[in-house]
Amino acid sequence: MLDFIDALTTHRFLQHAIVAGLLASVGCGVIGTYVVVKRLGYLAGGIAHAVLAGMGVARFYDESPLLGAVMAAMIAALLIGWISLRAKQHEDTLISAVWTVGMAVGVLFIARTPGYNVDLMAYLFGSILVVSGQQLLVMACLDLLILGTVALFYKQFLAVAFDEEFARARGIHTEFFYMLLLCLVALTVVLLIQVVGLILVIALLSLPPTIAAAYARSLMGIMCLASLLSALFTTGGIMLSYQPDLPPGATIVVVAGGCFFFSTAISGLLTRRGGYRGAA
Amino acid sequence: MSEVQITFEEVSFSYGGSPVLEGVNLEIRAREFLGVVGPNAGGKTTLLKLMLGLLKPSSGKITVLGKTAAKGRQLIGYCPQHVTFARDFPLCVEEAVMLGRLGRAQPLGGYRNEDREIVEQALAATELLAIRKQRLETLSGGQLQRVLVGRALASQPEVLVLDEPTANIDLRMEEDIFDLLKRLNRRLTIVVVSHDIGFISDYVTRVACLNRTLFCHYPSELTGDAIEQLYRGHVSLIEHLH
Repeated sequence: MLDFIDALTTHRFLQHAIVAGLLASVGCGVIGTYVVVKRLGYLAGGIAHAVLAGMGVARFYDESPLLGAVMAAMIAALLIGWISLRAKQHEDTLISAVWTVGMAVGVLFIARTPGYNVDLMAYLFGSILVVSGQQLLVMACLDLLILGTVALFYKQFLAVAFDEEFARARGIHTEFFYMLLLCLVALTVVLLIQVVGLILVIALLSLPPTIAAAYARSLMGIMCLASLLSALFTTGGIMLSYQPDLPPGATIVVVAGGCFFFSTAISGLLTRRGGYRGAA
Repeated sequence: MSEVQITFEEVSFSYGGSPVLEGVNLEIRAREFLGVVGPNAGGKTTLLKLMLGLLKPSSGKITVLGKTAAKGRQLIGYCPQHVTFARDFPLCVEEAVMLGRLGRAQPLGGYRNEDREIVEQALAATELLAIRKQRLETLSGGQLQRVLVGRALASQPEVLVLDEPTANIDLRMEEDIFDLLKRLNRRLTIVVVSHDIGFISDYVTRVACLNRTLFCHYPSELTGDAIEQLYRGHVSLIEHLH
């Protein structure tokens, strides 16, 4: 512990890692709450995995993988949103197709990219220890974009998440807000990829809000508590992984998972108080 | 005669296959209390969705307060059957009623004081002030139904439309809800879909019997024959002793 604090004061990469974790926690707490209450876990998984295509293509053409990730995430979100609105009967098969084909395209492009293929592991499992100052800036901008949009349209998102038919009867363009919500999920996925990698993204999108929902009373409360928990998990995960030199992304997810099971057991014991039993 | 608020002219609708509604004509006047009854899959909910502009008729014309249904629905307060949302959604009574301000409140950002005052009145009218901070999942069926009515009132409607408001609650609560609707009927037009034909005839001013086609009756005309014709003889009249 003291070693870690010592290292934190001297090593810039550790400071960057902690800040990256905190920045990702903001988006993840807010958007993860929608993912949990609206049960968008599978859609978010599809968006996350399809992002590999964008990163692979960007890498191949020597562009910024982050830019590729943002573009691929938005395309995947719009495609998956369109599928879930227009092809409800085949939703799971079609999303699986986007999910896997996206990954496969990414793997092909990365395989054809000259140089070392260490990138693949970083994309899949995160690379929080090599976040640059510029990347932190991009993450902060994504956070601002996510928070700003949610603050502007909080009422509409709440209505669409809670009771879509009523929202439509009140003249709200529910399909537009559903798509917008998926685009925000896409941006959050990009935020989180740096921290835990695209395979583990779903853990941070679903575990903190699900834990928070057992204790907070309102949607806003769940968002705040989930952000806080997520900040704890990322910081704790980085600390725990530092000394034994474990992969930080996986450690963060194990910490989050451990707390989730602990919290579920506790709230199971204290039940009858009634909390939100969200589907993770 | 009071003004006509909602008209259906020769309205037909199908979801692709055989028609759900056929040649429906209906005029609803201000401060009427219209009960819509009929067998399951007889088109009751479809009729409401057409009224709210959530569905478009295959043929015919619908006018709501002088406008098309999609525009006029701003003045309709809608209470869906409460199965349309998750009971365990993290929302309290007040927040749920607040959502009725959608389409009325400014679209961006939070609510204004004016919105809060109107919600206060809606909570008072539906006797929800004491439980305003309770989570929805802790409410009884009757309380939840009052939340839906409160939410509809918060949109300051001229017409209140309810889909099976008493489907999931016990008989005593059912009376409470209809007494509330009767009070609201002094200033609002009310359209209520119900499966319980005998019960609502004590409250409504007119009954629309719907089974693909629509016939209107006044409650006094509702005889066993009329009901049998509607349900094609599969249902017997159940006597109510309350």
